Amino acid sequence: MVTISSNLLYTAFILYLIATVFFAGSIKDKNRTKKGPNRWAAIGLWISIFGFAAQLGYFITRWIAAGHAPVSNLFEFTTFFGMSLVGAFIVIYLIYKTPILGVFTLPVAVLMIAYASMFPREVSPLIPALQSDWLHIHVTTAAVGQAILAVSFAAGLIYLVKSVDQTKQSKQRFWLEAVMFGLVCTLGFIIISSSFSASGYKAEFNWIDKNGQEDVLEYHMPALTGPHEGKLITEGKFEPLAEMPAIINAKKLNTVIWSLASGVILYLALRLILRKRIGAALQPLAKNINLDLVDEIAYRSVLIGFPVFTLGALIFAMIWAQIAWTRFWGWDPKEVWALITFLFYAAYLHLRLSKGWHGEKSAWLAVIGFIIIMFNLVAVNLVIAGLHSYAGS
Amino acid sequence: MKEVKCDCGHVNPIGTILCESCGKVLEEKEKDKKLLDMRYEGSARRSQTYNKTLIDKIWNFFSSVKVGVWLIVITLIASAVGTILPQEMYIPPIMPAEEYYEDQYGWIGKLYYDLGFHNLYSSWWYLILIASIGISLVICSLDRVVPLYRALKKQKVSRHESYLQRQRVFGASQTEDTDKAFTMAKEKLKSKKYSIREENGNILAEKGRFSRWGPYVNHVGLIIFLIGGMLRFVPGMYVDKILWIREGETKVIPETNGEYYLKNDGFILEMYDKEKDKEVFGEAIDKAGMVAKNYQSNVTLYKKQGDTVAGEEADLKKVKDYEIKVNKPLKFENFALYQVDYKLNELNKMSFALTNKKTGDEYGDLTVDLNHPQDEYDLGNGYKAEVVSYFPDFEFDENGEPVTKSRIPNNPAFVFKMFTPDKPDGEISFVAIRQTIEPFGDNEYKMAFKGIDTKNVSALTVRKDLTLWIIALGGVIFMIGVAQGSYWNHRRVWLRRVNGEVWVAGHTNKNWHGLKREIEAALDGTGIKMPEDQLQNQSEKKG
Repeated sequence: MVTISSNLLYTAFILYLIATVFFAGSIKDKNRTKKGPNRWAAIGLWISIFGFAAQLGYFITRWIAAGHAPVSNLFEFTTFFGMSLVGAFIVIYLIYKTPILGVFTLPVAVLMIAYASMFPREVSPLIPALQSDWLHIHVTTAAVGQAILAVSFAAGLIYLVKSVDQTKQSKQRFWLEAVMFGLVCTLGFIIISSSFSASGYKAEFNWIDKNGQEDVLEYHMPALTGPHEGKLITEGKFEPLAEMPAIINAKKLNTVIWSLASGVILYLALRLILRKRIGAALQPLAKNINLDLVDEIAYRSVLIGFPVFTLGALIFAMIWAQIAWTRFWGWDPKEVWALITFLFYAAYLHLRLSKGWHGEKSAWLAVIGFIIIMFNLVAVNLVIAGLHSYAGS
Repeated sequence: MKEVKCDCGHVNPIGTILCESCGKVLEEKEKDKKLLDMRYEGSARRSQTYNKTLIDKIWNFFSSVKVGVWLIVITLIASAVGTILPQEMYIPPIMPAEEYYEDQYGWIGKLYYDLGFHNLYSSWWYLILIASIGISLVICSLDRVVPLYRALKKQKVSRHESYLQRQRVFGASQTEDTDKAFTMAKEKLKSKKYSIREENGNILAEKGRFSRWGPYVNHVGLIIFLIGGMLRFVPGMYVDKILWIREGETKVIPETNGEYYLKNDGFILEMYDKEKDKEVFGEAIDKAGMVAKNYQSNVTLYKKQGDTVAGEEADLKKVKDYEIKVNKPLKFENFALYQVDYKLNELNKMSFALTNKKTGDEYGDLTVDLNHPQDEYDLGNGYKAEVVSYFPDFEFDENGEPVTKSRIPNNPAFVFKMFTPDKPDGEISFVAIRQTIEPFGDNEYKMAFKGIDTKNVSALTVRKDLTLWIIALGGVIFMIGVAQGSYWNHRRVWLRRVNGEVWVAGHTNKNWHGLKREIEAALDGTGIKMPEDQLQNQSEKKG
């Protein structure tokens, strides 16, 4: 069952990639009929739907195998997020029929699923705190809400790719490229960690933690930054270039450095091939799209996603917290970041409604909103970690 | 107070920008814009009209959305700062917070502590921020909802030409048979669930007006929620106590006025087992080593019968047996008991034998209940042991005197006085774990350690929260309001005959794409031209 499940996920992953190509193709297609999307887009849509169905199959089979909904660790949650993003895209696509949305949403979903598989993938049993039906209710609703909000990020990005002037230097051009660089770095992280894990790299260190305790630490990437008073005990492996003080997590820092480095190399390689900024290279894709329509898609996704997010990430969360942790609110970092996300989108809506922040300003806000969501997913689990620390290493 | 009379005869309150009835522009500064600012229907808002007294100024400050957004943004940033390092309530109680932050995080930690960020969410300034958001919610809503309600209530079907022309969606065209076209359009709009009003052959089709109230409904929900949060500080509304209870022990449940008692029938800790549990978990269990499966306290709840005088044993009547697990609290009246912590194998009893050191002969066993030791243990035949002093959690203080750190028997120690027929005055012996001291020289007898008996301890949180239903009510109202405002749109379509032409104008509070599609469908086949989106045309000309 677990094998079937993994294969279905793999299938979905490939299908999303293919669908992206079709959606991109539909924009390049010269013989487009005047009305509505062309055949390329129709095929792209069907492939996305099949991909979504395959991933739904992964979800259901894994649920059956584990006996609980597969949303209980970082791998499962992030994969589900990716699936919801595709689902949200399909729904929004059916309303607005804009192939370019697929070109931006599906790669984000693909990145998300690939990123997810960098974490432990085995089916894990539920600790007592997670044994509740609210696990399914709260986590899935929150993820769906975030995914719908993420569609507004894709739409915002399209808006910026089209509207930001690539011919002259500006803050907008710089920051748009920075967002692109961030996405490339995620790809860098995925490539570098899967290559090292495929090669089976393993180096163990004896080290002293901040409480003066001796411990063993296992690296899966060559250690550029070694742990505090670390001694390499696996023979023939890379000796660290620098040793970190005990309060810094040398292993995580090492991963960050490797990801950034591979991101930079990948980015430079892309620049060499494209001979222009990524933003500029993507601009032709957005040639035919109407800015007002993209703006509306972004706004609409926030409008649809905000109530769902509030319901899942705050209201259901509070109900469950009252049952499991005795109080509905406890200022746990994850809770606080859900509140921050809520406040941010509330500000977005107020600025839009009353201050007339439409168009480009609104698009930037959508991008920032997504960064906040990602921060809550990645940094809060891996760096800050509180009660929601099911994330693991 | 002066009122503004429009050409159409309607009397508007002072400060009105667009006539409530016909929509004609009354305020000069709005006249030269190409499109009307349709926010709040151009109604007269108090904050835009008066700015004289202090009350006006405060009102205007809090009614500004700009201020509201700033409050939200500042709260957002402050909240984020609070997650950089763990809050005081989440740090382990190994040392005082003052030392902990510096010890763990260096100068950053010290700074964090000195700035009071270790308790950020209960700091006075954070609470002021939240309160200001609350005030802003109330004033913003009142400032807008009343005039908006009036304007929507008073609107008439035939709007002024200038009003229609300056809508975002507008078009004028000729038709052959206007009556027929209108009837057709009317039917189609009706089938799209628009409610139709007619006047002098003109049409106003409107739907989803109630979505305009969404924001105000959700603000009301938020205010109720915040009030609920404040009520926690009213005495008697909120209880947060922890009850440590040993297996076999019966204790009064705190804050119940001695009405309820709880007996711990046993604590159960289960781990996942590779052999017994699902096979798919095997890999994960191997990796993690131990994974907890269940924390459970089996308890019996008792209620006190009748009145008892202090010191008298209470007369208890069993209410129910219950298995308290994580996610499965025991509820009674307004209380709930939660499984939150445990301690395995706490020392409970210690057994000794009074023994002759030379011969090794034993003269009787005694077992000390470490939580309720007796003063004296009679072993018969003239042998007895007296407990002179008892230190449940023993250590030597700085003067070398034996003291106890707590009342929990983590490291029990005794001073025994042993009486035997040949030593009628008794011998003193200090007995601790793996340690015997004979302060007055060599004794003939000793208390030989025989064994221990342990028990598990459950920690249960005792919770009463009478604010929950208010919080829940606020949450429900908020969700209704948000859904109302987000998932429905307020759409209006005007069809008006002007000098032999048909004028069509449309307005929606959001989702223009949807409105245009509906107008297109309604006008299809009527011969009336689809109106233009004037904003889009503008931006396309620019770009």
